Amino acid sequence: MTRRGVMTGGALLYGGIASAAFGLPALGFALGPMFEDGTPDVWQDVGAEDEFNPETYVPKVANIVADLGEAGKTTVYLRRLDPGRDSKSKSDKGKEPLPYVAISTRCVHLGCPVRYIQASQRFVCPCHGGVYDFEGKVEGGPPVRPLDRFYTRVTTGRVEIGERFSVNSELERFSPRDPSNHLDGLWQYLYPSRPST
Amino acid sequence: MSKLVPPIPKFLRPAPPRPGRNGAGGENGDGNDKPGTAVKLRDGAAEGGTQVVGWLDERTGMSPFLRGALYRKVPKGTNWFYTLGSATMFAFVSQAVTGVFLAMYYNPDPLRAYDSAAYITNEVFLGELVRGMHRWGSTVMIVLIFLHLGRTFVFGAYKYPRELNWVIGVLLLVLTLAMGFTGYLLPFDQRSFWATVVGVNINASAPVMGPYLADFLRGGAEFGAVSLSRFYAMHMLLIPGLIAALIGAHLYLVAKLGTTAPPWLKAEKKSLSQEKI
Repeated sequence: MTRRGVMTGGALLYGGIASAAFGLPALGFALGPMFEDGTPDVWQDVGAEDEFNPETYVPKVANIVADLGEAGKTTVYLRRLDPGRDSKSKSDKGKEPLPYVAISTRCVHLGCPVRYIQASQRFVCPCHGGVYDFEGKVEGGPPVRPLDRFYTRVTTGRVEIGERFSVNSELERFSPRDPSNHLDGLWQYLYPSRPST
Repeated sequence: MSKLVPPIPKFLRPAPPRPGRNGAGGENGDGNDKPGTAVKLRDGAAEGGTQVVGWLDERTGMSPFLRGALYRKVPKGTNWFYTLGSATMFAFVSQAVTGVFLAMYYNPDPLRAYDSAAYITNEVFLGELVRGMHRWGSTVMIVLIFLHLGRTFVFGAYKYPRELNWVIGVLLLVLTLAMGFTGYLLPFDQRSFWATVVGVNINASAPVMGPYLADFLRGGAEFGAVSLSRFYAMHMLLIPGLIAALIGAHLYLVAKLGTTAPPWLKAEKKSLSQEKI
């Protein structure tokens, strides 16, 4: 151990500590939001029960991000569940299924807003031609999984929607994913869920 | 008393006689043969210029660097295509300057961003011009950087010993595209909003890292208020800083290694050198 070695090591050590003292918090600042639960558990009133039916979707506006003005709002397509027509979800085994189907308009290809067309009973995306059937399952185009949905419940005759969730091709529920993230087959292992969920 | 007064700067003091003209200087000093005022002024100005440069050079030792960078030899056949790099850098400087002034009026708050951008265009004196220069300048910069890349590729200027400069150039290209991506959101109208949503989701579609990358860009699971200020900070601080630093390295290597001759001159050059031998 030489005097020179101690001085060099010390200078590197203290330089490193000083850099880490501002570098690590800055990094945490930038990466922190990745580990937070991004979707607060808030139930929103979207209308009275008699506004909805099992045959067609009714568009409603809901807030998905607070304090963002118009940009924080999104359209949600709602209809009453039709036990005869709707396919059973694995996630509902031994439980009451969600009373209403609330479909997110975010195309799961790249996030453009889809539109429901009653005549063909399909959801169509204007950007790259994604087509979904009445239940939001992929029927054509590039989307990789069915349209996302929102939890629904009925409180004193009012329909409320909660958190968004993603579904795979068998309508099994998963934590909310980004568009273009697969949930079926081997692909699903390449798209991890958010660390917080 | 005289010690309290700071010394007169060298360039204000009367010049000492030049070594070569010792005798003549002495005669002038005696006042036998005074030059005219105009001549005096002209000589003084010339001297002043040299002395300022000399003063700076004595303290910085910069002249060898500048000589090396500015008066370096360029190969025969250097043509207009060699100006594309400088043109790209000029576009960057123009973006930086107009960007700084746009930042004086722009407000990265999701509820006010659109209005502040509209205010720049409609109300601010010359605002439309400065915003227009920034908006079109971004396209110009991207076109120029691709032309510069193409020139480098076609001329084979990426080959030994300039591989590192190619790598730095590619990083600069990626950063420039990132500037275009982050800047596109800032007007915060329907087009920029949805284009950015789609752009972030394209990032999310990458396997394994994609979802994390999208979260990093948005600053959360949803495209929220944080996303806009995040894009703004990246657009005006993080990426320009990196670009400026890398341009410095890029230019250093250009000055250090020199430029290449166009490929069609190679054969001729070889035969010339053989002739000389």
